[in-house]
Amino acid sequence: MTRLDALGAVYARLEDRVVVTIMGAVAVELQSLGHRPNFFYLQHAMGLASSMGLGIALSRPERQVIVLDGDGSVLMNLGGLTTLARCRPRNLVHVVFDNESLLSVGGFPTATATGSDLARIAAAAGVPRTSTVATLDAFTRAFDEALAANDLTTLVAKVEAVGPSGYVTDLSLLENRFQFQRALRS
Amino acid sequence: MSPVSTTNSRAIYDALKASGIRLLSALPETWLVHLIRLAEDDPEMILVRLAKEEEGVGLSAGAHLAGVKSAMLMQNHGFLASINGIVSCAQLYHIPLLMLITYRGEFGERDPWQTEGGGVTEDLLRALRIPFSCLDRPDHVARRIAKAQTLALAANKPVALLLCRDLMWDEA
Repeated sequence: MTRLDALGAVYARLEDRVVVTIMGAVAVELQSLGHRPNFFYLQHAMGLASSMGLGIALSRPERQVIVLDGDGSVLMNLGGLTTLARCRPRNLVHVVFDNESLLSVGGFPTATATGSDLARIAAAAGVPRTSTVATLDAFTRAFDEALAANDLTTLVAKVEAVGPSGYVTDLSLLENRFQFQRALRS
Repeated sequence: MSPVSTTNSRAIYDALKASGIRLLSALPETWLVHLIRLAEDDPEMILVRLAKEEEGVGLSAGAHLAGVKSAMLMQNHGFLASINGIVSCAQLYHIPLLMLITYRGEFGERDPWQTEGGGVTEDLLRALRIPFSCLDRPDHVARRIAKAQTLALAANKPVALLLCRDLMWDEA
């Protein structure tokens, strides 16, 4: 499964939900499918996308929040999984695209390439719903189940280490930030 | 009895509430015990207990974009641990951040392990161009917290209040 295929498979479900992504391929590929005002791309501060998603989820319990994370970012903030679990926001779905590498900086392997299991780490941290999927069908099904479950979920999607040719898009960081704020507060 | 000042902790908490703060992120430290307990006991406050302080930057950023006022409670060593988040989330994205930082390691510090961080705190705040003020007198608490919040929201950037020994500690 490629990340782009996975994003494409669930794009329609993202349209009306609050979406926070990490930097790099996830941000570029989601924008390639179509940017929306309710999508925010955290183009740095690796590890903090899930913390931002948590801040939104706690502030706006009536909105469903989707965090699109990656293995490299999660590994920089493993403690954040324990914070997510403690708060247990039922309106947060945490998707981790795990390509076992730091793709945008040369493809060097992360610890998931040598066996570290992020879904099991999340489960051991106390996240109530966790799973790992490796096919597009399994991802789509697990994503829909997570949306319907009404509980905190960390869904690890094993994806190929392929991505876009470049990482800068024509959406400026501050344009995205203020547009997102308006969309969230409207 | 802990020598941490209950009266002044209460004054700080009341000032945060008066500034409309509804979400607090915190990592426990001795000087913050009363503040954290006040937040625990307040049904109007969302208290998020962190594993590491940098998470609080992301939390506050999310809360701000979602329309909720928040503040971070941390020790100055937690501020040191948060610097990448402050720079590449809060400053990069023009996010107001109200940081209440206990100023360990200044005059009167007895714990040897706090002294190095105490010596670099103000220089780091200046290097990051974060406006800051020391809170060392009870009669300054309400107005300085309100003004710090006003500046953070007007400038869309982080501001810091250093909670000093003379305010937080009842012993000399």
